[in-house]
Amino acid sequence: MIYLTRKAEFAASHYYHNPDLTPAENQRIFGKCNNPNGHGHNYTLEVTVKGEVDPRSGFVVDLKQLKEILNREVMDSMDHRFLNKEVPEFLTRIPTTENLAIAIWQRLAPKLKAAQLYRVRVYETPDLFVDFYGEA
Amino acid sequence: MKAYLTRRYMFSASHRLHSDAMSTEENASTYGKCNNPYGHGHNYALEVTVSGLVEESTGMICNLVDLDGFVEQRILEQFDLQNLNTLPEFVRAVPTTENLCVVIYDILQRGFTPAHLEKVRLEETMMNSFEYAGGAELLR
Repeated sequence: MIYLTRKAEFAASHYYHNPDLTPAENQRIFGKCNNPNGHGHNYTLEVTVKGEVDPRSGFVVDLKQLKEILNREVMDSMDHRFLNKEVPEFLTRIPTTENLAIAIWQRLAPKLKAAQLYRVRVYETPDLFVDFYGEA
Repeated sequence: MKAYLTRRYMFSASHRLHSDAMSTEENASTYGKCNNPYGHGHNYALEVTVSGLVEESTGMICNLVDLDGFVEQRILEQFDLQNLNTLPEFVRAVPTTENLCVVIYDILQRGFTPAHLEKVRLEETMMNSFEYAGGAELLR
């Protein structure tokens, strides 16, 4: 089994707010991240797939295809966007790094054919990242 | 859904590798330059990985403010800009990065309750790093 990781970078803004909580509770839990005008990050996404090496191509997965899937499923809808307002998942879920990793996994997993999605890692900053390995 | 969150911190400290159980020659041959009696320092990078279910009301495994506060007070306050050999943890143990990694893991394991501690990773320099997950094997 070989594990292959492809990296991508995108910039997006977000804020943390739970409409079921009072303004005071939102402020207490989310602090500065609760500012409704949002703030931004340069996110780094690392997508790791696993699979056996195809003896004909020597590939686990065609990197060009993987890049196209990443562009279509993630970059096109999240790069230079306000996550809370423009990405459907985050109309109802808070766009934390945890939820971003889960949403990206849910977008990618059904689209990958040759290789199996192993891990989605999302860096919010160089010193904070979340790993998601699927629901199992 | 279960996710893993890793936070990276920096601290600087000095140490000298020397074991009282060894002769002068043995210390010199085992630890080389690290046995220099005056010690030397490193910029350590600490990575703490915690795991847990992502809470629906917050979208978080645990509040980062809690993790940062704990690490700041209980780890960085203890070790940043210190000579490790003078600290109680290293009266008997040699302050190798292996031992420091275990000490830091134990502090987190005992005291940090908001999420499950998965592992501690400690870089002594950009060229070497150590990981400890308690009794558990590193799975990921």
